[in-house]
Amino acid sequence: MNTPAETDQPAAAKVLDPHHVAWVLRVADGSLVLSQRMTEWCGHGPVLEEDIAFSNIALDLLGQARLLYSHAGALEGRGRDEDAFAYWRDEAEFRNPTLVELPNGDFGQSVLRAWAYVSWQCLVWARLEESQDPALAAIGAKSIKESRYHQEHLGAWVVRLGDGTEESHRRMQAALDYLWPYTSELFHLDAVDSAAMHAGIAPGLDTLSETWAGYTSALLQTATLKTPAPTPFMATGRQGRHSEAMGYLLNELQSLARAHPGAHW
Amino acid sequence: MSAQASLPRDFFAAFGTTEPAPEWWDGSEEHLWVILRGIPDPEIPAISLVDLGIVREVHCESGARAATVVITPTYAGCPATEAIRQQIQRVLEAAGVTSPAIELRISPPWTTDWITATGREALQQFGITPPCTIAGNLPRALQFRPACPRCGSHQTEQISAFGATPCKALHRCQQCREPFDYFKPL
Repeated sequence: MNTPAETDQPAAAKVLDPHHVAWVLRVADGSLVLSQRMTEWCGHGPVLEEDIAFSNIALDLLGQARLLYSHAGALEGRGRDEDAFAYWRDEAEFRNPTLVELPNGDFGQSVLRAWAYVSWQCLVWARLEESQDPALAAIGAKSIKESRYHQEHLGAWVVRLGDGTEESHRRMQAALDYLWPYTSELFHLDAVDSAAMHAGIAPGLDTLSETWAGYTSALLQTATLKTPAPTPFMATGRQGRHSEAMGYLLNELQSLARAHPGAHW
Repeated sequence: MSAQASLPRDFFAAFGTTEPAPEWWDGSEEHLWVILRGIPDPEIPAISLVDLGIVREVHCESGARAATVVITPTYAGCPATEAIRQQIQRVLEAAGVTSPAIELRISPPWTTDWITATGREALQQFGITPPCTIAGNLPRALQFRPACPRCGSHQTEQISAFGATPCKALHRCQQCREPFDYFKPL
């Protein structure tokens, strides 16, 4: 151990299933892309406190992404590090749910989107504590403490704005109606999810939907917002087919690194 | 995302502190802890890395003058982690450790319950109310209303759940009317 390790990875990260790396990457991508969106509020927040809060949450999300990418790199064993995943993959290789890449919209819409995703994350982190992959269990245990702060803070804003003025209520309901169909993708178990669940990498993914719906509907009710009716729409970001917004987001995220390959600062 | 380059030597001067000149390492594990205790946190220089509970383990091989230091990040995305790693590296080298290795370990996750009594006192003196003890019950800890570090009043309110660093929240004392930082329980 003569060189400092970038992150603490067990000597041999063990691949438990052919979809193992893919599952870790899609969770990492969700954290990175939402982090990027929340960072856009830096310097533009409606009040200084929220500017700081969004930047702080974005930073925590970036921390999650870094840990997960480093772990994915160790599992994959092809020498890719966190930067390789963040900067050198193209749009179709990103497997985040479409929800997190959508443009920010107004502050209320940004709050609502982040709250919906962070609430999903909290449930996933809790399940990862039972993971057969010890590194993922450690990342889950580390992240859940931070994500709970995010969930509480964002949830308080959903209530404040939903149950606020006539104008804030109108905007929040419109944001909810717009975002809601995109949340189905979070719970649509495809081959990667099923494999991760059955290999014990990510236990209990099939019960996420129910728990999440129970929690969110209670809070939305407190916020005097009406939960939209289900629609047949299914977003496809986790299959690598993204919305129009994704290319622009990646361009901003990746252009500097790509203009100066290998540069260090 | 991984900042590989080293920080300029006067980096810590910007925070009102200068890099400590360590004693020459006598080869013992105890002395290594003493040296590490002299390193301030880059963002809150009032408290040392050891008192913050970041340094988890040290292992040394005195014959080879080699040492491994295991550290844990406070928050997963804390930007100070890289600065901390480089600072430990430099201090150990200055103390005569030939091949210092710094290992980052995230499990078990860092908790504010690991801040030492000395560390809590240092935070208080610096004007940051130390976190309340969690002892496995975070929801209860979140209900706790921190006392003003200046006048000691518990008549305080939260201004902002997030502060100047990931680990702090901004509060205000209703008694003496002064704002203050609260180290969030985590």
